Amino acid sequence: MNFDLTEEQRMLQETVGQLAERQCPPTEIHKRLESDEHDAALWSSLSGLGLPGLAIDAAHGGAGLEILDLAVVSETLGYHAVPGPFLGHVLAAHAIGLGGSEEQKKSWLPALASGERIATIAFGEAGSVWDPEHWSLSGSGSLTGEKTFVPSAADADLIVVGLTGGQLGVVEKGASGLAIEPVDCADLTRRVFHVSFDDTPCETLPGGAAAAPAVRDVGLSLLAADAFGGSHRLLDMCVEYAKTREQFGVTIGSFQGLKHQLANMALDVEPNRGLYWFAAYAQDHAPEEAQRMAAIAKAHITDRYMQIGRDSVEAHGGIGFTWECDVQIWFKRAMFDRAFLGTPSEHRERAVQLAPWAA
Amino acid sequence: MDLTYDSELESFRDEVRSFLEENWPRQGDDAVQAFRQRAIEAGYLYRHFPRKYGGSEQEAHPLKGQIIREEFGRARAPSEPLGIGPSMLAPTLLERGTEWQKEKFIPRTLTGELIWCQGYSEPGSGSDLASLRTKGELVGDEWVINGQKVWTSGAHLADYMFCLVRTEPDAPKHKGISYLLIDMKQPGVEVRPLRTMTGTADFNEVFLNDVRTPRDWIVGERGEGWLVSRTTLKHERNSIGGARRTEESLNSLARLAKKTMRNGRPAIEDPEIRQRLATIEGYVQAHKYSGFRQLTKDAKGESPGIITLMMKLFSTNLQHEVSKLSLDLLGADGMLSAGDAHLGKPASDAQSWIGAYMYSLGIAVAGGTANIQRNVIGERGLGLPRDAAAKRSAK
Ligand SMILES: Cc1cc2nc3c(=O)[nH]c(=O)nc-3n(C[C@H](O)[C@H](O)[C@H](O)COP(=O)(O)OP(=O)(O)OC[C@H]3O[C@@H](n4cnc5c(N)ncnc54)[C@H](O)[C@@H]3O)c2cc1C
Repeated sequence: MNFDLTEEQRMLQETVGQLAERQCPPTEIHKRLESDEHDAALWSSLSGLGLPGLAIDAAHGGAGLEILDLAVVSETLGYHAVPGPFLGHVLAAHAIGLGGSEEQKKSWLPALASGERIATIAFGEAGSVWDPEHWSLSGSGSLTGEKTFVPSAADADLIVVGLTGGQLGVVEKGASGLAIEPVDCADLTRRVFHVSFDDTPCETLPGGAAAAPAVRDVGLSLLAADAFGGSHRLLDMCVEYAKTREQFGVTIGSFQGLKHQLANMALDVEPNRGLYWFAAYAQDHAPEEAQRMAAIAKAHITDRYMQIGRDSVEAHGGIGFTWECDVQIWFKRAMFDRAFLGTPSEHRERAVQLAPWAA
Repeated sequence: MDLTYDSELESFRDEVRSFLEENWPRQGDDAVQAFRQRAIEAGYLYRHFPRKYGGSEQEAHPLKGQIIREEFGRARAPSEPLGIGPSMLAPTLLERGTEWQKEKFIPRTLTGELIWCQGYSEPGSGSDLASLRTKGELVGDEWVINGQKVWTSGAHLADYMFCLVRTEPDAPKHKGISYLLIDMKQPGVEVRPLRTMTGTADFNEVFLNDVRTPRDWIVGERGEGWLVSRTTLKHERNSIGGARRTEESLNSLARLAKKTMRNGRPAIEDPEIRQRLATIEGYVQAHKYSGFRQLTKDAKGESPGIITLMMKLFSTNLQHEVSKLSLDLLGADGMLSAGDAHLGKPASDAQSWIGAYMYSLGIAVAGGTANIQRNVIGERGLGLPRDAAAKRSAK
């Protein structure tokens, strides 16, 4: 029994964390909120660490690591609110890895592994539809219709699109009839888009139907990891503030009211580390629990993240409500993590349907 | 217990109704202003302000006040403008101002012609407001003011600020503060907008550098500013906590639940959503009937007790629950922004809910954080001993 990260995983987190501190500290992120341009330099640094290809197999240019490795990186990216296409990219690569033909993998994965090309997933449809079972966009060879809440679509060279019957297809940048419109979202570190297709060429992934639910579950695990990292960061910020801000001649952290609030926040953060670890680990090692644990972890941790966001505004007082304050950056990431790929209550409902205790 | 109004009050209600039928809605750019003027003449708005200050000078009658609110609400007719001037400054002046101050400021404040902002909070003084450091010195016939205010809502639009300033540096903390009125349109007043997390800039930092105000623009005596400001806080609490607004939030939540889908059917049919709506309704009804009770106590001239200390926290807590449910109902739209109102783009329906979600956080802090409200309830309401640090620092 050894429920812990490896030395390598810890080093990976540390290296990514150092890079984030150097290249996108909160002051930098604030500047980026005002511009919608893709930060190519940051993406290329992250690529330098091998992040885009972490879980792509070695035969196709990746590091051949596991979902847990992606998750521990997601935690660190969440802790630092690192902007960019990481989430959609690794999910798209995973979809191609699981569902693509050998030829498709050969043609797409190496450039995705190196980060030279960027990919994303288009799973969302109008009416809060995310579940592969309910996708309604159809077409073989060419697509006409819409997907929504597609992260980083404007920067993506490849879009993995969810189709009827839970199938997956790939649309390439510049394809005819492909139109991409920004959606006005709160989280400006992960911009999302509305994507429409008009007789747009699309290449189907032969193993797409089997891959789609697994990709979704990996997505849920990574969102849970990001949410853990982010809520941890908010807690750290609040604790730091409570130790420095003074009112009534003492630091505010010495008021029992606030101290208990911060302790309650810690209770909503720290235990979730193990939860997201297991959800991510299960994707490779406990297939019978993978789906359910991903749903539970996503629902629970992103829900707590949102609450921690609210608590953090309150703990900071007036400054917590401002744009300049760092809290809002994480608060809005929490909004994304919570809603993307389905809300906590939807996943709780799924988790209950899958629960042995509910049978 | 009898929830009907007596015949005198019912005929008063008829009067209000026929007034409204004749006068609202009306056409024209100045429709709202003109309507308010008529409503004042008829004795329906600003009832406790004398005619000479632009009020309608009616005898205090909480039940008539309630009937007016009900009927104006039903007709969706404009009532007394919100705004910090009419709701906080004018009542304070009425209670504590000198004759010339009342004449000069109240009438035009009530019509909305003069816009005010509240200069209380400072970077170092929020919950511990009495520690404020903005300095006022009497030089000849003028106060010379130096310091900084922050989170000043609407300072960018304001003509005047009512401001707390330390004028007696040697007096104990609460006794060294004066309440001054300041003309915002003068050199030395620098207003820097601060964006809120929604993206819009509706509060500000205000820098005061050698700002001047005449000697007699002080409300109350030197060193009495803390007490004078408490009159205003009392009015602030009265103006928050409108039960009707929470009832409206419940209704709009229910409308949202009818038009959004959940598990393949309208969310309003979902058992979890129904439970949560009904839970919220428990609070809303408690709010409403506490309001009735407060009204009756008021009418009898009795104190409603501890509940007045609770209304702010009660409504902001309720607003939190409403916001959280709205976010669940929005589904994927729960990741949208609050919109680009500042760029003149109207927010979509979903974005307005997101805006309300974020604003529920701001409101919980503004006018005293939840913890400070809890201290007030615990100490003033329940009679618990005062917070040790606050007690020490009051010296
Ligand atoms: C939207 C908005 C509009 C505003 N408009 C105005 C305005 O127009 N004019 C104006 O003057 N001000 C305004 N304010 C300021 C507001 O009154 C202050 O923000 C508020 O009083 C809190 O002060 P602070 O921000 O300094 O927070 P702090 O006092 O620094 O509080 C930080 C944290 O410490 C906690 N804390 C502090 N003391 C205690 C204690 N004794 N026990 C337990 N916990 C404690 C608080 O609850 C909070 O969680 C506005 C604020 C907001 C958010």
